Amino acid sequence: MENFLQQLINGVTLGAIYGLIAIGYTMVFGIIGMVNFAHGDVFMLSAFIALIIFLAITQFFGVTSLGLAFLIVLICAMALTALWNWAIERVAYRPLRGSFRLAPLISAIGMSIFLANFVQVVQGPRNKPLPPMFTDVIHVTSGGEFDVTLSYKQILIVGVTGVLLLAFWFLVQKTALGRAQRACEQDRTMAALLGVNVDSTISLTFVIGAALAAVAGTLYMMYYGVVNFSDGFTPGVKAFTAAVLGGIGSLPGAVIGGLLIGLIETFWSAYFSSDYKDVAAFSILAITLIFMPSGLLGRPEVEKV
Amino acid sequence: MTRRWLDAPLLTIEHLTMRFGGLTAVNDVSFTVGRGDITALIGPNGAGKTTLFNCITGFYKPAQGRLALARKGGALARDVEALTQSARRHAGDLYLLERMPDFEIARDARIARTFQNIRLFSGMTVLENLIVAQHNTLMRASGLSLLGLIGWPRFRAAEEQAIDKARFWLDKIGLLDRADDPAGALPYGAQRHLEIARAMCTEPVLLCLDEPAAGLNPRESAELNDLLLSIRAELGTSILLIEHDMSVVMKISDHVIVLDYGKLIADGTPEEIRNDPRVIAAYLGVEDTEEAVQVLA
Repeated sequence: MENFLQQLINGVTLGAIYGLIAIGYTMVFGIIGMVNFAHGDVFMLSAFIALIIFLAITQFFGVTSLGLAFLIVLICAMALTALWNWAIERVAYRPLRGSFRLAPLISAIGMSIFLANFVQVVQGPRNKPLPPMFTDVIHVTSGGEFDVTLSYKQILIVGVTGVLLLAFWFLVQKTALGRAQRACEQDRTMAALLGVNVDSTISLTFVIGAALAAVAGTLYMMYYGVVNFSDGFTPGVKAFTAAVLGGIGSLPGAVIGGLLIGLIETFWSAYFSSDYKDVAAFSILAITLIFMPSGLLGRPEVEKV
Repeated sequence: MTRRWLDAPLLTIEHLTMRFGGLTAVNDVSFTVGRGDITALIGPNGAGKTTLFNCITGFYKPAQGRLALARKGGALARDVEALTQSARRHAGDLYLLERMPDFEIARDARIARTFQNIRLFSGMTVLENLIVAQHNTLMRASGLSLLGLIGWPRFRAAEEQAIDKARFWLDKIGLLDRADDPAGALPYGAQRHLEIARAMCTEPVLLCLDEPAAGLNPRESAELNDLLLSIRAELGTSILLIEHDMSVVMKISDHVIVLDYGKLIADGTPEEIRNDPRVIAAYLGVEDTEEAVQVLA
C-alpha cells in the first residue's frame, strides 16, 4: 500500500512534466501537421537556460530567497526558450512550408541534432549538477513499511503545472488568439480569408509550446538536480509518445497521455524492472496504436465519399 | 436603368490573366464591380469564374492585370495610376489587391468570400465561427490576447461587442437557438447561411459568394435571395456572386458578367444578358438557341 501510494505520487510528478512537453508536440502537429522532433531538445535547452539563470541570479546578484529565484528563473526561461523556438520556426520550418510533407520533418531532425550538439559544445558533455533545493518533505503516512513522502518539489511541480495548464486552457478556449489558433488547425486558408494572420498564429503556437516546455525544463532540472545535453532525447520521445497515446492534436489528450506515461513508467520500475521501464512505455504506445489508431481522445479522420 | 458599375466602381479589374502551366484560365478580363451592386458572375463550367474569385481574394497571384479597390470613395484614375507606379500596396483607401497577401485583403481591403464547398470550422460552435471572423478587432482590443489573460476590461468589452454582433447575424439567419452547437451539426442549408453570416462578421465592403445557392431547395434559395437583398439594403455591402441558378441571378442582380473559356463575353444588365446571342451560344452551343433562350428566361 505504501509502495503504491509513493509510486502514484512519483508517477504524477513525472507525468506532469511529460504532459507539459507533450502539449508542444500536439499543438504543432495540430496546426501544421508536422511532428516537431526538435521539441525534446528545446526542452533540454530550456533546462540549461534555467540552470544558467539560476546560477547567475544566486551567485552574482545574490538573490537568497529560493522562491523568488525560482519565479525569476521560470519567467526568464519561458521567455528565452520561446524566443529560441520562434527563431527555430522562422529559420528551419517556415521556409519549407508548402514544400513536400517530409521536408520540415527532416529539417526538424536536423534542428534536434544541431541543438543537442550546440549545447554539448557550449556547455560541455558532462552532467551539470545543481545544489539541491526545496528539500523538505511531508510525511503522508508513517509507521508502516516505510514513510510515504511528498516532497515540496513534487508539490511545486504539480502545482505549477496545474496553474499553467489552466492559464493555457483559458488562452486557447477563451481568447481571440486561441480561437484563431483553433481555426487555423481546422482550415488555414479559410482562417486567412477571415483576416487571421496564419504565419504569426503558427509562430505563436511555437512560442506557447516552447514556453510550456521551458516550464517542464525548469521543473525537470530542479527535480533531478542535474542536466545533460542528451537529456532532450528520452523525455522528448516519451512526451511524443504521450501525445500520440492521448490522440495527437488533442490538448487534453496530451496531458492525460503524459500522466499515463509517467504512471506506467514509475509503476513498471517499482513492481517489475527499472531497466525495462522504457520498453513498457513504448509497448503501451504500440498497443494503443493497434487498437485505437487515433489515440485516446483523438478524432478519427472521417472521409466523406 | 442606371449603370452604377460605370459611375461608382468599387472594384476595377483590368486585363486580368491567370495561367496554370499552359492553360490560360482567365484571359485578359476587364470589368468593374459597382458600389452597392449585386454583381453576378456566370458562365459554363470551367469558364474561369472561381479562378477569378481566387485572384480577387489573393488566393492566386495573377500573371498579369490590375485589381484596384476603392474602399470608401470613388477612386480617380490618376490615383490608381500613381499607386501603380509606386511600390506600395495601398494609398489611403485605395488598394491594389494583386500586391497583397490573402489575410491582408480580408483585413484591410475588406473583401470576404465563401467557397463552393462548405468551409466552416466544423469543430467550433456556431457562435465561435462568427467570433473568429472578428479576430482582428479582438486582437487589437486585447493587446494580442495577453492582456485578455488577465481579464483586461477593454478586452471584455470587445468580446461582448463581438458576441453581440454574432447574435445579430444569428438572429438574421434564424440560428440564434443553435449558437452553442458545433457548426458541423447544422443542416446543409443552415451551414450555407452561416458561412455568409461569418463572412459578414468581417465587415466587408465586398462580399464574394461562390455558388451560394448550390444544393439549396427552392425555399432555402428564396431565403438566400432575401438575405442577400437585405444585406445590400441594410449595410450597403456590395456583393459579387458566382451562380448557376438563373432564377437567383435574374431576380436579384443589377449587373451580370459572363465568362466563357476564360474570356469575358458579355457585361451588362440582366435583360441585356438574357438576350445576348453570345451568351446563349456559350450556354447551350450555337444551334440550340431556342432552348437556351428558355433557360435564360
